[in-house]
Amino acid sequence: MDKHIVSPNPHIHSAVSTESLMRDVVIALVPAIVVSVLFYGWAELLILAVSAVSCVLIEWAIVKFLLKRPGIFSPGAALVTGLLLAMNLPVSTPWWIVLIGAVFAIGVVKMSFGGLGQNVFNPAIAARVFLLVSFPQQMTNWTAPQGFVALPDAFSGATLLGQVHILGAEGADALASVQTFLYNIGGSAGEISALALLAGWVYLVVRKVIRPWITLSIFATVAIVAAIFHAVDPTAYTGPLFNLLSGGLILGACFMATDYVTSPMSNWGGVVFGFGIGFLVMMIRYFGSYPEGVSFAILLMNMTVPLIDRAFHGKKYGRA
Amino acid sequence: MAKITFQIGGVHPDDSKIARNRAIEVLPLPQTVYVSMAQHLGAPAKPVVAVGDHVKVGTVLAEPGGFISAFVHSPVSGTVKKIEPRKDIAGNNVPHIEIAVEGDEWEEGIDLSDTLVREIPTDRVAVLDKIKACGVVGLGGATFPTHVKLNPAPGSKAECLLLNGAECEPYLTSDFRIMLERSSEIVVGAAIMQMVLGGCPCKICIEENKPEAIKAMSEAVAELGYKDIEVVTLKKKYPQGGEKQLIAAVMKRQVGSGALPISVGAVVQNVATALAVYEAVQKNKPLITNTLTITGDCIPEEKQHNYLFRIGMPLSYIAEQAGGVPENAAKLISGGPMMGKAIANIDAATVKGSSSILYLSEAATKRGEESFCIRCGRCAQACPMGLEPFLLRRLYAAGDLEGLEKNAVQDCIECGCCLYSCPANIPLLDNIRMAKGQVMGVIRARAAAAKVAAEAAKAAESAAK
Amino acid sequence: MTTTLIWTIGILAGLGLLLSVILFFIAKQFKVEEDPRIDEVEKVMPGANCGGCGFAGCRAFADSAVKAPNLDNHYCPVGGDPVMKQVAAILGYEVKAKAPMVAVVRCNGSCANRPRTNIYDGAQTCKIKAALYAGDTACPFGCLGCGDCVAACQFGALSMDPKTGLPVVDEQKCTACGACVKACPKSIIELRNKGPRGMRVFVSCVNKDKGVVARKACSAACIGCGKCAKVCAHEAITVENNLAYIDFNKCKLCRKCVAECPTGAIHDINFPKPLMPKKEENNG
Repeated sequence: MDKHIVSPNPHIHSAVSTESLMRDVVIALVPAIVVSVLFYGWAELLILAVSAVSCVLIEWAIVKFLLKRPGIFSPGAALVTGLLLAMNLPVSTPWWIVLIGAVFAIGVVKMSFGGLGQNVFNPAIAARVFLLVSFPQQMTNWTAPQGFVALPDAFSGATLLGQVHILGAEGADALASVQTFLYNIGGSAGEISALALLAGWVYLVVRKVIRPWITLSIFATVAIVAAIFHAVDPTAYTGPLFNLLSGGLILGACFMATDYVTSPMSNWGGVVFGFGIGFLVMMIRYFGSYPEGVSFAILLMNMTVPLIDRAFHGKKYGRA
Repeated sequence: MAKITFQIGGVHPDDSKIARNRAIEVLPLPQTVYVSMAQHLGAPAKPVVAVGDHVKVGTVLAEPGGFISAFVHSPVSGTVKKIEPRKDIAGNNVPHIEIAVEGDEWEEGIDLSDTLVREIPTDRVAVLDKIKACGVVGLGGATFPTHVKLNPAPGSKAECLLLNGAECEPYLTSDFRIMLERSSEIVVGAAIMQMVLGGCPCKICIEENKPEAIKAMSEAVAELGYKDIEVVTLKKKYPQGGEKQLIAAVMKRQVGSGALPISVGAVVQNVATALAVYEAVQKNKPLITNTLTITGDCIPEEKQHNYLFRIGMPLSYIAEQAGGVPENAAKLISGGPMMGKAIANIDAATVKGSSSILYLSEAATKRGEESFCIRCGRCAQACPMGLEPFLLRRLYAAGDLEGLEKNAVQDCIECGCCLYSCPANIPLLDNIRMAKGQVMGVIRARAAAAKVAAEAAKAAESAAK
Repeated sequence: MTTTLIWTIGILAGLGLLLSVILFFIAKQFKVEEDPRIDEVEKVMPGANCGGCGFAGCRAFADSAVKAPNLDNHYCPVGGDPVMKQVAAILGYEVKAKAPMVAVVRCNGSCANRPRTNIYDGAQTCKIKAALYAGDTACPFGCLGCGDCVAACQFGALSMDPKTGLPVVDEQKCTACGACVKACPKSIIELRNKGPRGMRVFVSCVNKDKGVVARKACSAACIGCGKCAKVCAHEAITVENNLAYIDFNKCKLCRKCVAECPTGAIHDINFPKPLMPKKEENNG
């Protein structure tokens, strides 16, 4: 080379980039996506496609035409938001509602705060809640269409958590089993298989894309709170296993609460954040009017992140 | 033995020690050398020769310009041609002494034989004087005058001498080669420093990716049989060779903010410094040579070299000896890829602390386009001082010096882990270094003001009496 | 239902009343007595809070000016003499008239004059670049071109010329607040007398290297030859460390030096007639 480069140190860089991190998250979502498509069929594929494509396109358009800074477009991050949004919707959601969700997630929740890294709330979760309050009927219609794989005991009508009102706490507890761990029809599409979600989470932790503390803290809090209430009155309150396996808890704890932008930076901050989510989830489930509260809990805790970051810092060298 | 390492932060770049099997070669003398007056930490040296003077190898060219400063000796014999500013590797003007080389005539009293002198002198003060007179400075990077570091302030006691052979920077192999080829001399050097420090134990710290060096050094230690010297194997992790990290890894102690290693009883010296101490004390040879690696990802192994060079040889001369600057090199670096300095001027002269000419390809070194912080926290995970680079950068942008000080920006060791690990290519260290400079300025000004106030109070008190 | 409504309104109204009473007493208790002239002075200030006067802002300036025994150490460069006259009138002080000044960029090392010798790949600020090394040319004194001065200017008076890679001062907008002078790590920008009808002569170079070295790095460098100093009849030019400097208080704008300079390092600005009819670009 004729002229050489000069820059401050360091002169080498790790292979990890924003896009490679997002690629890893997409890879981690693959097992859960595959299971949901197998069980729900074409309808689920349509939702995934509409959500992912519209999220990427909307972000690209806003960056290019509204902010006029094409350099900051991150297709990977938009794709992750799109996939997570799709996984947080029931399979019966009409495509136009998915589209509205995508516009809200990217346009309002993410880009209006300045785009990548600037948003306060998790875009996919905020969009899901927005759709839930705007279209309560469509968003709680859990009728499952025929998928590519026939299910031995397919049922429709209510989610596992919805069963609590029908069967009572004891009856619902009985539903938590090996089967619900493998697949669990009813509810949002991405919630279908705890096993697939956990496999993706383990992949992310092993690849050091995310740290495990937030997720573990949520699981621990939910288990402990449920254990205490269940011990007090098993007929009124469902037990730890049921609460861990049902609803959006695993999806939320593994993929939504661990979103970089909207979670605390430090390990202990993450533990506190996870505790807050777990506690709020259980309070909403036990005492709230909605059967499920993972989304609300994550959104509420998103707001506390700046405070948590202020209070919790990593251990510094040579300082008490 | 259990492998140990430091606990907070750190990164694992590929070690790329391609030149590890290349034995040290002695470079032929050039026609002219340029000896810098600022090749150590502290005040520049003051020339004591004049234009036209004839000098021999080892003749004193310049004397210390302050308490923290060092002697500079002639690396060649010949005539002093000029004493004037010349551009260093950063392109800035620094006073240099230019010497036209004539023959290779050494000052009398310098022992040029290969015999290993094993007896350790016992006169502490004489040894320190010798180290000072020979211009020995720390060769691990900071080039801090060695005689100052080996003579801790009264009241502090050295409990352990850590001989730093970690060489945690990728690519560099000069320390590895001297540990392999000159193990006994290094161990004698270590024993001398041990004596100067009052007989504290010495641990020779080497990373696990250099098993040959561990073996050679262990054998030398066993054969020479000095008391309380042992080889410690460390896990491979950058920046293990950082003074504070090495102390944390080996002694399980942490140096307080703003304090010196001696405050926790530690003295850290590089293996190359131990070799220089050996040559100074046992052979009467001033620090006029050092070992340097020619390496990089864009030259094949056979074009890589470990050279014994005379200080003052221009980098361009050394590069020519190794076949010239490769066509595909995008960046030239003096030092390692994590903490080294980019070479803006290849005609600059080598200095005591020169450790490499590193050629990196554009793919390896070009910074990616900066994008937004996604708050992944990798910088904070990587920081070996436990700082939060993302926060420091934000505080610096806001000009919040108080916040920066509260968040310990002054503790930054500029190791580069934050920028290395940032997926968004945010120039974290570039900004944090500036912030650190500003905060250090504030801290120094405050200390100076406090001193003045204390003295004024004292004066007022004595006046009152 | 109605009772709830009444209760709610009642409680809120009561709370509001109570708090306002508390606030009223606190305000009274902790009232700070201030010299009313501070407000008056602040009113006539430009209100840019640029810090060009050396104080933290216009209010800080007003506060200090009111307390000061005279106005020798207080001058608002942005408002200039008109504002200072008003301030003096309020405070009853004398004020010395000052010639209006303007920021001058003393580097002509454009991409054409000063070839680049390496590519800078660090954070794009002059401060960081200057701390790292001499810069991406062979001149260690010249403009680094990252635009710290442009970022520092609150009045939009500075912009980078993409052709030359150098900052350009808009004389109409420049208030001579000195923010750019402080921002430049190479001390290239200087506040100089604006001169009659903007006419002024200055050395557009700060290179202190020996002539040969300076010339090799940049074709428009001052090589310290001293021809300008010799030709100057007013002793306005000094050559120190291989660099000429024109004292704007002594310069009579005769432009003999401009004609004499072998490298064109001395610039003349805003003169109605070009010095040499051939070189029209000198009249820029």
